Amino acid sequence: MNLNGAPLLEVEGLSKHFEDRRVAADRLRGRRAARLTALDGVSLTVRRNETVGIVGESGSGKTTLARCIVRLVEADGGSVAFDGADVLAADARELRRIRREVQLIYQDPYSSLNPRMSVGRAISEPALVHRLIEPDAAERHRAELLERVGLPSSAAALRPHELSGGQRQRVAIARSLALNPRMLVADEAVSALDVSIQAQILALLERLTRELGLAMIFISHQLSVIARLSQRVAIMYLGRIVEIGPTAEVFSNPRHPYTAALLRAHPTLELDKPRAPALAGEIPSPYHMPEGCRFHPRCPLVEERCRTVDPPPVDLGGGRRSWCHVLPYRSDQPP
Amino acid sequence: MSVAVEPRAGEELGLRDDGTLGRRARSERRWSALTLWTGVGIMAGIVFMSLAAPLLGFEDPNRQDLAQVLKPPSLDHPFGTDSVGRDIFTRVLYGGRIDLLFGVVTTYVPLVLGVALGAIAGYRGGWLDTVVNRLVDTVIAFPFIVLVLAIVAIFGPGLTGAYIGVFVVGWALYARLTRGEMLVMREREFILAAQTLGYPTWRIVFVHALPNVLRPSIVFSMADIVLNILLLSALSYLGLGVSPPTPEWGALVAEGQSVLLTSWWVATLPGLVIVLVGIGLSLIGDGIADRMGRDFKLTA
Amino acid sequence: MNATTTVAEPLLDVRGLTVGFPTRSGLLLAAHDVSFSIRTGRTLGLVGESGCGKSVTLRALLGLVPYPGAILSGAVGWLGRDLRTASEKELRDVRGAEISMVFQDPSSSLNPVFSIGDQLGETLRVRLGMRRREARARAVELLERVGIPSARRRLASYPHQLSGGMRQRVMIALAIASRPKLLLADEPTTALDVTIQEQILVLLRDVQAETGMAIVLVSHDLGVIAEACDEVSVMYAGRLLEQGPAGAVLRWAMHPYTRGLVAAVPPLHPAGANGAVPIAGQPPNLLELPPGCPFAPRCPYATEACAAVPMTLEGPTPHHRSACPFVGQEAR
Repeated sequence: MNLNGAPLLEVEGLSKHFEDRRVAADRLRGRRAARLTALDGVSLTVRRNETVGIVGESGSGKTTLARCIVRLVEADGGSVAFDGADVLAADARELRRIRREVQLIYQDPYSSLNPRMSVGRAISEPALVHRLIEPDAAERHRAELLERVGLPSSAAALRPHELSGGQRQRVAIARSLALNPRMLVADEAVSALDVSIQAQILALLERLTRELGLAMIFISHQLSVIARLSQRVAIMYLGRIVEIGPTAEVFSNPRHPYTAALLRAHPTLELDKPRAPALAGEIPSPYHMPEGCRFHPRCPLVEERCRTVDPPPVDLGGGRRSWCHVLPYRSDQPP
Repeated sequence: MSVAVEPRAGEELGLRDDGTLGRRARSERRWSALTLWTGVGIMAGIVFMSLAAPLLGFEDPNRQDLAQVLKPPSLDHPFGTDSVGRDIFTRVLYGGRIDLLFGVVTTYVPLVLGVALGAIAGYRGGWLDTVVNRLVDTVIAFPFIVLVLAIVAIFGPGLTGAYIGVFVVGWALYARLTRGEMLVMREREFILAAQTLGYPTWRIVFVHALPNVLRPSIVFSMADIVLNILLLSALSYLGLGVSPPTPEWGALVAEGQSVLLTSWWVATLPGLVIVLVGIGLSLIGDGIADRMGRDFKLTA
Repeated sequence: MNATTTVAEPLLDVRGLTVGFPTRSGLLLAAHDVSFSIRTGRTLGLVGESGCGKSVTLRALLGLVPYPGAILSGAVGWLGRDLRTASEKELRDVRGAEISMVFQDPSSSLNPVFSIGDQLGETLRVRLGMRRREARARAVELLERVGIPSARRRLASYPHQLSGGMRQRVMIALAIASRPKLLLADEPTTALDVTIQEQILVLLRDVQAETGMAIVLVSHDLGVIAEACDEVSVMYAGRLLEQGPAGAVLRWAMHPYTRGLVAAVPPLHPAGANGAVPIAGQPPNLLELPPGCPFAPRCPYATEACAAVPMTLEGPTPHHRSACPFVGQEAR
């Protein structure tokens, strides 16, 4: 029931905090629990057939975002709507239905597969458990899935530790396709793989999303991988999106100082890099968020405003937005 | 990515061509296999003989022969005779049935219970976890023997009391071991994957998580069998286990105590059998632990 | 190059290093006939994917090959001696003093129950024989040198109180405390965020410029190699496939594997449909390597002659050489 233009996934103002459990002594002293802000009002839309990349470093909240969308973690605020259905308020049955449509692919291809289960069983189990196929159809279903991800049917009898990292990731992908989802969320899905295998898996994901008309959220800290796969990209920092827009444009003309720093810091094969690092300082602790713009302590363009006022989104047209007081209004590149 | 090459977990070390490397690795492997199979051999031998005793010609453990009182070990009486002329070897064999059965039942019934409880508590967390934890803490805090004695006091001496006593107490350690493993396991990505695939909770806990959290419990169960047999022996020694003339290893040791200095074999040989069973089970436990490629060693 | 400049003697001269591990299915050669050398003030990169033997090679230099592996042949020339034949005591003297090592995961390389000050102090007092007060002052100096703010207060911190980048800086401080002539770095930035990674690489470069320390840097990331290394050796299945100046190897790769590796890295600004070009096939099984060139099963140029390749490094110039006699040998 999806009108062609309407987004498949709509995330609005999603937030999530984690609180440390207090020891009794602290509670008696009235000490407030240490609060970690993982997500602070994130909004995102994803259309059918679209791949949106999410880039961020540690503490950016990208993994929490992925987990909140599928409700592996309960969000504290905001809303998530999948094809019109409210995900956060769904009851157990509705959630089970929604879960068939959105599948997660994890980073570590070893720990995302049950080490004691054969590949074939791991792949055919989802459809059997959800009673989408009859037990006697399982073998054909399995063979189809294996073929789709480029694995030989003989792989079905093997256990995860008998496969290489790239092959395991293919199995994980096959398993995620078993329920015919409409959207995949890949959380650092290729980060643990060697470069040559990464390229294979990226090609596979691209082909699958195209053939099956899947939407995808691709989370990574590697800009080059995002550039390869996603049409749009959202840059996250300390629980917020700081810039969003079509990938090629954002990467060639960043309109947020953090995006620019990431691009400069990214190791490339160019051999004449400037001497000073792109970004000084440490990533602040998500327990103590800076006031005003989250990025201001490390920003080379910081102004007075940035220290106290949270930057509102600046609409740059063509689907581009940046949350910065300074750079969107300039036409040059940051230092 | 750490060391570029590491022998995969569980890979045994052996070598086709010779060299110091190979020799060292090969002897390690031999030791490991030797351990396991020695243990299996010992236990298989004891179990077989206990069960097949009548077929092997050892018939009545209670047959007294007052003409053969306190005879030392000989061909007719491999373990000698006791103060009323009973053949100690036969008594040991029949006693084995009682002890071995006790050991196995009192270990594996609580194991099943404890593992199930620990798995659910560890996975669900919340109030269930808290309740189970406090229960486990309470049970474990009591000295095992005291608790068992208290229960025996309620139900009276005899095997029933001993069985119930260990059941009440024995599950706790398995629950704790399993809960601990489950706390780690439930964050593993394949469990998260099972959640996002929409599997029902019971399936995630029992089909996916459980096989991966069983190892420490299985390895410990080997030690537990020994401990439980020793417990029964201790109870019988104190007169609170089986009632005479039923043969049971601990009871046999107790019976021989009074004549220890003159007829050493009456107490010592049954005692040695207990030790032998302990060694056999420990070797099996070590062998299993080695085979599974982990550093989980037997501690008992 | 000035013809009258004498070429400095290499600090480290590794020749024909072979490291083997016994396995159930036979002897596994994690490193096979690996040779390279490095001079003062230079950075050599060892690059390759997982299983290529780069980490094992690094550890072998200090005699730290994990059991049950062992060095089977070759020489590790260090300042005129052969470390391979050195006694355990001699190796211990060299480790941490003349040659230091930094590992990938700073959270497991630092002892969690000792403070930073304690761990730094221990090295300074025990290895360098400093007195307590002197050691403390030097520790603060070192922390400042590696860019840790509020160094004096940080002495009392514990590893878990520091971020990954800070911990790695502490590791580097520990490593350079004795002013080593050579630093071995095994994937030092792989576990770090990209902005922090850059800071660490710049730090290493600065320390090198200051002290003339040589660095051997192991990484699977070509970008890191490009940024940080002067020379690079490309490894695959335990073998050395190509060797030369970083710029030349990455820009004008001779060996088909190196070319494939470079092509597989997705460009940051894709022009049209040029994505990352995968290398076909699966990573090699070191127990079932084909004779001759181990890359042949995946090589687009492979022929039957590849099974007879002697795997020696050849090239039109002595500086940039490749193990493939068929492809890429045209003089530039």
